[in-house]
Amino acid sequence: MSQELAVQPRIPISAEREQIELPASSRVPAKILLSVPVAIILALIVHWFSAKNEPENETRLYNLFLGEMFGASLLIAYLQRFSAGLREWMKETCPIIGVAILFLAILEIITAGLRWMPLLPMPYFPSPAGVLQSMINDRELLFDSTWHSLALLLGGYTLGVTIGLITGICIGWFPLARYWGMPVLKVVGPIPATAWIPLAMIVSPSAMFSAIGLIALAVWFPVTMLTASGISNTRASYLDVARTLGASRSYLIFRVAIPAAMPNIFLGLFMGLGASFLTLIVAETIGVKSGLGWYVTWAQGWAEYGKVYAALVIMAAFFSSIMSVLFKVRDHVLVWQKGVIKW
Amino acid sequence: MVALNSAQSAAEGSTLRVDGVSKAFRGADGVSTRTFALDNVSLSVAAGELISIVGPSGCGKSTLLRLIAGLDSPNSGELRVGSEVITAPNAERGLVFQDPNLFPWLTVRRNIEIGLVARGLLREKRHEVDEFMRLVGLEAFANAFPHHLSGGMAQRVALARALINHPKLLLLDEPLGALDAFTRMRMQDEVLRLWRARQTTMVLVTHDIDEAIYMSDRIVIMSPRPGRIERVIVVELDRPRHRNSPEFLNLRGEILELLHFAGAATA
Repeated sequence: MSQELAVQPRIPISAEREQIELPASSRVPAKILLSVPVAIILALIVHWFSAKNEPENETRLYNLFLGEMFGASLLIAYLQRFSAGLREWMKETCPIIGVAILFLAILEIITAGLRWMPLLPMPYFPSPAGVLQSMINDRELLFDSTWHSLALLLGGYTLGVTIGLITGICIGWFPLARYWGMPVLKVVGPIPATAWIPLAMIVSPSAMFSAIGLIALAVWFPVTMLTASGISNTRASYLDVARTLGASRSYLIFRVAIPAAMPNIFLGLFMGLGASFLTLIVAETIGVKSGLGWYVTWAQGWAEYGKVYAALVIMAAFFSSIMSVLFKVRDHVLVWQKGVIKW
Repeated sequence: MVALNSAQSAAEGSTLRVDGVSKAFRGADGVSTRTFALDNVSLSVAAGELISIVGPSGCGKSTLLRLIAGLDSPNSGELRVGSEVITAPNAERGLVFQDPNLFPWLTVRRNIEIGLVARGLLREKRHEVDEFMRLVGLEAFANAFPHHLSGGMAQRVALARALINHPKLLLLDEPLGALDAFTRMRMQDEVLRLWRARQTTMVLVTHDIDEAIYMSDRIVIMSPRPGRIERVIVVELDRPRHRNSPEFLNLRGEILELLHFAGAATA
């Protein structure tokens, strides 16, 4: 027995691996695999031609940025041979990243490359390299602003969601709350939160408080509206079933109506989040002396448009990350909906 | 065997008395017109009995069942389970609808647990959940969400969910109406098995005359507008019943005659 085993020829592991052919469907097609590196090379060429009359350090930084991207894309193109998950991810995202880099190159042609024919006047439209440079130069202030924005946003959003859920559940469940609450909601709710700024400035002890209040107000309306409609549209038969199974009123509210309303509640949370971004930026622009909204106005005041765009880029990353956190929470809470509806 | 273990006492059922019950609804067109869904209906059901209620739509079958469940209250008359007057829904009276109405956000297991959770008994009776899942043959689907189940499986979960409270009275509102013919016949046997094992009093509302004859001790035939009891027929066939026996078919013909569906439309 043991002899037999010993006699068996040993195949070197590396040789064995080479023999395994990946099924065609799971391989990443060459054009997708190469889309990102090729796009980066094109962007570098564009940069090389258009950056002759740009400041030296901008050029270097942008080259470094593209170079690192290039290295990373090659590394991932190599690593994907060992990970099916990475392959799927590449198939999904490589075309998008490639096109985004080409878009940067086109942007550079328009802004820096064609400077001799004033397509876009200079101080207002810096090249991507210039924006990148501003971002790096001012990183401390940008980081600080992002931090302040995050604190303000989370404070206001949490407050608005908490109050919105409570009022929404009350209006949705109790007829008396509905009778008196609905008119208030319908009349006061549609006023954009930013329209209250004059009042907020008078009433509130500090700009910080008024900003949190305004964001909370902006979030409160959609959350209340959708929670209330979700709760009041709970299928009557679910409630009947629960009652014949011995459910108390608190069971009916917390274990039937609220879970049944969850899809609606999340709609409200998403709408509220959008409203909170808008209100945050406006509030920072007007009263608060910190945050990304303030930064944009401040940079514009100094005509540093590179910084304005840098702040916009960070805002995009910042807001979309927060949005995707909410998506993740939704996916977790509403996992039972998977297969019922298309997300 | 499982069912017998959890049944403990031999008879779980209790008597039901419906005494001169009327129920009117506002007409759809105006405030003044009232339609009588039920008009002076009286009925008594013995402990452990299985009765069916058949009749054309609009005869108040489901209304009667909702009144017995306590989900609605009558305009006049009284309903009693044992010696208690029915005023509100109660875990002792289970109700299974045509639509299983499983909570889509809960797994099969959690759906069956609802009755225990609602009454705060989950901790001491957790073992029964497994028993009832085995009873309806769904232990393999404990962690599935309802939308992964077929119609028959979902209805079995609904049955287990109602049975976990050990109801003294089980109300079935066309529970098998949405199933295909084969699944329906299999489920009829399953309900009969549960009924025999647990001695629960059952009231079954159905459209299906064969189902009524196959399953019940007595058949209550109702007529519409206003909803009244037309006739009560005692089914004296031995169990298990044979769907093709001459007695079965005779009774079937008799009931069709009563409901004016025997043939050759005269209108």
